[in-house]
Amino acid sequence: MSLGPINEASVADAWNAGVGSSPKGGILMRDLFHDLADQISDLLEGNEAFTLSYGGEDSDFLRFNHGEVRQAGAVRQGYAYLDLMDGARHAGGQMTLSGDSSVDGARAKALVKQLRERRRFVPEDPYLLFAESDETRARVAGDTVPESKEALARIREAGRGQDLVGVYASGVIERGFASSFGQRDWHQVSSFHLDWSFYHRADKAVKCDYAGIAWDQDEFQSKVDWSKQQLEVLLQPSQKISPGRYRTYLSPAALQELLRLVGGSGFSERARRLKQTSLLRMVDEGMELHSSVNLSENVADGLAPGFQESGFSRPDQVSLVQGGALQDSLVSPRSSKEYGIPTNGASSFETPQALDLGAGSLRDREILASIDRGIYVNNLFYLNYSDRPACRATGMTRFATFWVEDGRIQAPLDVMRFDDTIYRILGENLVGLTQERELRIEAGTYQGRSVSSVRLPGALVDEFTLTL
Amino acid sequence: MTGSADLSHVFRRAVPSVDRATLRFVRNYSERVVVRRGLLQPSPVSDDVGVMVSVQSGGGTGYAATPDLSETGLREAFRRAQGWAERTADCHLLREQSIPPCTVRGEYRTPVVTPWSEVSLGDKVTLLRELCEKLDVDSRIVDSIARLWHAHIETRLLTTDGGDVEQHRSVMIPQLSATAHGNGVTQTRTFGSEGYGRQGGYEVLDQVGFVAAAPNVAAQALELLDAPNCPSGVRDLLLDPDQMLLQIHESIGHPLELDRILGDERNYAGTTFVTQDMFGNYQYGSSLLNVTFDPTRPEQLASYGFDDEGLPARKVAIIENGILQRPLGGQVSQSRTGMEGVANARASSWNRPPIDRMANLNLEPGDSSFEEMVASVERGIYLETNCSWSIDDSRNKFQFGCERGQLIEDGRLTTVVRNPNYRGVSRTFWRNLKAVGNPSTYRVMGSPYCGKGEPNQLVFVGHASPACLFGDVDVFGANQ
Repeated sequence: MSLGPINEASVADAWNAGVGSSPKGGILMRDLFHDLADQISDLLEGNEAFTLSYGGEDSDFLRFNHGEVRQAGAVRQGYAYLDLMDGARHAGGQMTLSGDSSVDGARAKALVKQLRERRRFVPEDPYLLFAESDETRARVAGDTVPESKEALARIREAGRGQDLVGVYASGVIERGFASSFGQRDWHQVSSFHLDWSFYHRADKAVKCDYAGIAWDQDEFQSKVDWSKQQLEVLLQPSQKISPGRYRTYLSPAALQELLRLVGGSGFSERARRLKQTSLLRMVDEGMELHSSVNLSENVADGLAPGFQESGFSRPDQVSLVQGGALQDSLVSPRSSKEYGIPTNGASSFETPQALDLGAGSLRDREILASIDRGIYVNNLFYLNYSDRPACRATGMTRFATFWVEDGRIQAPLDVMRFDDTIYRILGENLVGLTQERELRIEAGTYQGRSVSSVRLPGALVDEFTLTL
Repeated sequence: MTGSADLSHVFRRAVPSVDRATLRFVRNYSERVVVRRGLLQPSPVSDDVGVMVSVQSGGGTGYAATPDLSETGLREAFRRAQGWAERTADCHLLREQSIPPCTVRGEYRTPVVTPWSEVSLGDKVTLLRELCEKLDVDSRIVDSIARLWHAHIETRLLTTDGGDVEQHRSVMIPQLSATAHGNGVTQTRTFGSEGYGRQGGYEVLDQVGFVAAAPNVAAQALELLDAPNCPSGVRDLLLDPDQMLLQIHESIGHPLELDRILGDERNYAGTTFVTQDMFGNYQYGSSLLNVTFDPTRPEQLASYGFDDEGLPARKVAIIENGILQRPLGGQVSQSRTGMEGVANARASSWNRPPIDRMANLNLEPGDSSFEEMVASVERGIYLETNCSWSIDDSRNKFQFGCERGQLIEDGRLTTVVRNPNYRGVSRTFWRNLKAVGNPSTYRVMGSPYCGKGEPNQLVFVGHASPACLFGDVDVFGANQ
């Protein structure tokens, strides 16, 4: 990764840097958003108050197949979510922002009218909690993302002679918050993310990604070279192994998939209270992971904004697992009010945005020797629970997965299904974590480009269970 | 309100002089009403509106999506799309393809008896609170949810070749969920895991039995607390339609998408074990297997009159008597391969380009009653409602979990079991299809969450199916 630190920057500096890849991108959108908040303030009646959150982006997307462009285009989008309150009665709605102040003002006026009407049917919400700050904060990073046409040339060059398939996304991502109490937050990152595979044949491929806020051609080339080296191994006939238990190395990318699954409910305060957390046995029975496992929500070192959608600040760090023992949960404002505990700025979903798994003592360059005889897994795929309360998960190996013998890669493996518990993988069977860690930016783009990330090492595991 | 009525004039004024251009307008208005443990939750409305324009020029193709519907906004979008068309003229995968122009003109509208707007928010909240009360019947019920999700999706497709397609679809997705906890065990039972979503108005609730379902959902969540863990072993497997929808989706639908066969999805959703030479001859399943692509069924979740590139929808046989017939590929994929496909180029919204999707993919009824299928089994299990899904990137090795199982012993349904899972391989699984339920076992279902594409897209899909019986499947339960 070439992701550098996010610098605190004044709005004036960002203006001068010319952030944004189109006339409506970046800081201009911030001013439109703040103007919209002012327009909504003027619409308030009686004791009404509001919070207004925003998520937007101005992105280029290049999709590749067989080394050529399959689809190429640009997407500008922006959504504002308005929660209109009168005491403990409130109603919320989302609207698309066109980028034209008068059009968006008219849409906001219509939405306010509609929410007032809906509020008539809504009882008081005992768990409503909103920020009442009047602070103004801005955090702006990244003005060195290459022009997409330049990136296209570099990617085509890297993929020359290869069956390259994947996607490149770049541009500005924005998050904002405003309220009738005067709070104004803005978070903006210009970044890029190339997520690609080199294919040999059928399902034999090497997957890699390169993401950040500044393109370093040497670093990109080193990733391309690594992919090509691994592809060479895939040219050999693949080896079949039987279901069973194997000593296995999970790369940071593979381990990220496992932590993404666990993070879906594992650290949520609400899920703990409603007995739906996948870490229920840690909560109710005091089970622990391996003593070398230290997990935290580390907003300070990630891409995520320092505020959540109701305007509450996120602390730099929230300890989730320390020395293998369960620590704090992620507490949204709503859970805070319902369960009478302080919020720590979690989103309403109470999922991590910047998960951090501490380093271990294994060295990357010694991993093959440490495996000795077993499996090297670069990627896992399509994980789900086979027994959620036991945190037992199933999923597939994917892309470059290798059989290792005598500390050397012997052959690629056909895909295998695993089915094992987190308490075995990161607990009793964890041999160790690597010293080296990767900062991996979330590649998902379902609602839009993500500002979530995870920083983590690789893991060496004994008796990893393969079932099919 | 922003509609598509004035768009054709603006489109004509803003479109640049290029080989071909299109404009696709989408407005998705949605409401959710959620009651949890008797308390109304934040229940948002959403009004999402924007356009995607696409340009073909000199062999290249580009798109641009914008929420700015003004002439200035469209001109800027066309400028960006044209820029990408020019930059990809020498490297676009489709630069030498001849894709027929869209000249279609037409309309489609979901039949609606009782519009969502005719029922007040107050009445909806009252209904959901009553259902929550029916779910929350025991101190061991630790969570209960009753929810309605409505969407009205308006689209308009305009092309420089004279195409003009306008569609209005209304969707209703009801949900019930009860979670029980006791003696260290947690079990969740739902109303078909959101599988009862349909097109239509408020009348959908009666069609799918939403109100009547609540007591059973709660009772079965409690029943599962005391049920034994599902035993392990090879046995016959009788799947309810609310699990068949997932089985069809993952191990028939996705493998047959033509863009996957062509490799577009290999970096994300995956490839497929199916190759182009299999169509017309490959024995996908037993002779009892008949699968159709049918976006014309009015009440089903993913129905439409035309796909998002303007191809008219029609019902087509995909698998006949177990033999693979036709892939799921829209106009672009058909041009790339020369194969006949279906009208399935779909986009999740205005901000994503169309790709090959499933729409409604249905398994046709057979002639076995439910009782006959149960009676035919010596050692088996009946599974209901998907709760876990995982399959490899070639769509072969799968493992699925269900909310509830009931053993079949010597032709009778017997012990209810919890945490049932099963695993298999698509290549062989469908060939072990032993019986297909008759129309009395048939249910029209669907899912609002089919994910695919780079950038990622979520779309609605429909899967109607009878109950089906499979032989010799590896079934197992949870760790104890």
